[in-house]
Amino acid sequence: MKKRIFAYAWIGLVLLFLYLPILILAVYSFTKSTMIGSIRGFSLHNYVTLFTTPELKQMILGTVILALVVALISTLLGTLGAIGTFYSRRIWQTGVELANQIPVVNADVVTGFSVCILLIVFWGVDKDTYIPLVIGQTALCAPFVYLSVMPRLKGMDPFLYEAALDLGCTPAQALRKVVLRELVPGVLSGFMTSVTLSLDDYFITTYTKPAVFDTISTYVVNATKGAQTQIKTALWALSTVIFLLVVVFVVLMNVLPMIKQQNTSRKV
Amino acid sequence: MRFSRKNLNIPYVLFLLLFVILPLLVVCYYALTDGQGQWTLQNFRNFFTNGKTLGTLLYSVVIALVTTVVCLLVAYPTAYLLAKGPFRRGGVLLVLLVMPMWINFTLRITAVKEILNVLEGNLAYHPFFNTIFCMTYDFLPFMIMPLYTSISKLDDQLWEAAQDLGARWWQVMWKVIIPMSMPGIISGVTMVFLPAMTNYVVLDMVYNSTYIMGSLIGSYFSAYDWHNGSMISVILLLLIFVISGLSSKVAGDQTEQRGGVTL
Repeated sequence: MKKRIFAYAWIGLVLLFLYLPILILAVYSFTKSTMIGSIRGFSLHNYVTLFTTPELKQMILGTVILALVVALISTLLGTLGAIGTFYSRRIWQTGVELANQIPVVNADVVTGFSVCILLIVFWGVDKDTYIPLVIGQTALCAPFVYLSVMPRLKGMDPFLYEAALDLGCTPAQALRKVVLRELVPGVLSGFMTSVTLSLDDYFITTYTKPAVFDTISTYVVNATKGAQTQIKTALWALSTVIFLLVVVFVVLMNVLPMIKQQNTSRKV
Repeated sequence: MRFSRKNLNIPYVLFLLLFVILPLLVVCYYALTDGQGQWTLQNFRNFFTNGKTLGTLLYSVVIALVTTVVCLLVAYPTAYLLAKGPFRRGGVLLVLLVMPMWINFTLRITAVKEILNVLEGNLAYHPFFNTIFCMTYDFLPFMIMPLYTSISKLDDQLWEAAQDLGARWWQVMWKVIIPMSMPGIISGVTMVFLPAMTNYVVLDMVYNSTYIMGSLIGSYFSAYDWHNGSMISVILLLLIFVISGLSSKVAGDQTEQRGGVTL
């Protein structure tokens, strides 16, 4: 009994530690307060500011588009990379695996700085073309796609591909219709990982972004240095919106498989 | 050309060569040259003979060590209880614990910062504490996840077996459970230690004006000093290789085992 109480209390405290700040901020985002601690009347003005200020709207839209573009490119590169490498010789596999591991273990500051040095300083690519930014973030994300696709390839029945060939598929068809289909969960989770990495990234973005462009991360860091309270409290609203989106997404991801399972069991 | 599935990785291999390996080589080149393109070790001499920069290295190590230890102390019991505790829905709790990871870290730190600000009156009074607090808040899920994976693989009967052989509960924990979850501990530690040495945004946001290694790169970047910035990057790279090399050596037999099972 004592053990149970301890377990519940401990997990409860950790959850409180993780969620209390976000929840308090969420409550205050619906008030007129400009500081935590002083409660003033209910108001939606933070949300109005968030969705009507052109600067904020652009920043949010830019962040989302960038994340989608980077995640698409990363997923394509990483998935094809994993498939090709899986069927290559041992020595190639080791080489690609090692190179793939570099951005994963490297500090983001170093990844961002090195991409900036090569592309912007050494080759003189213009930052305003967004090319360094997209390449920099892809260099971080694609390896994670590779890492989430590879286990699916290793766990796949190697004879599936052979069977497809025996049944008359060309190698390209067999890959597309059989192998790729097996990889879908890995590819999807790689895509999602890329999206979250890109949305969360600060360092690669600061070193490679065009001067006028901001993502949520770089914008928030700059905003906390300034003293504009209107923007500051609008960011509380942004944090709340993102939190709610994450909650909805997580619930859907966990509820949908359950519903699917129920349906299939009913059919059986 | 005949279609071959091996060739599918050509774009990715080129990408890795051009945008992962080449940038690091160029950084090494910049670190070892001066403004005129002459080979020199001066950049490194500057770093290792300057009390300020050495102090920065020391401060980063202290920050990273304390953050890692605090994260480990909070995350280990959490992961253990989730994996082996009385919860019927440990999986749901795990999702709850790692969910904050998907919210932008600058926004999360803003939230913590606002709370600390009210509690302390002024953030500037406790820069070290605030930094550790915010970093722990930021990195905790990254520590919980590998620990959970590692602990949930342990056999439930280990505990009984150890107790039958006469071990008290803390002896079971210290001599059986913790050593056997070492791979998880090591991968959690590497996932927290390195970011904690370099994530200077956390320090900026809580007005901690002391530099860590990452801040040095940031300040050289703003000063367009590519050579010294590259030198810091190379030092960090060496550190990273040493740490990840050590950790893969210790956790090595486990990964090989895993490979053996799938083959």
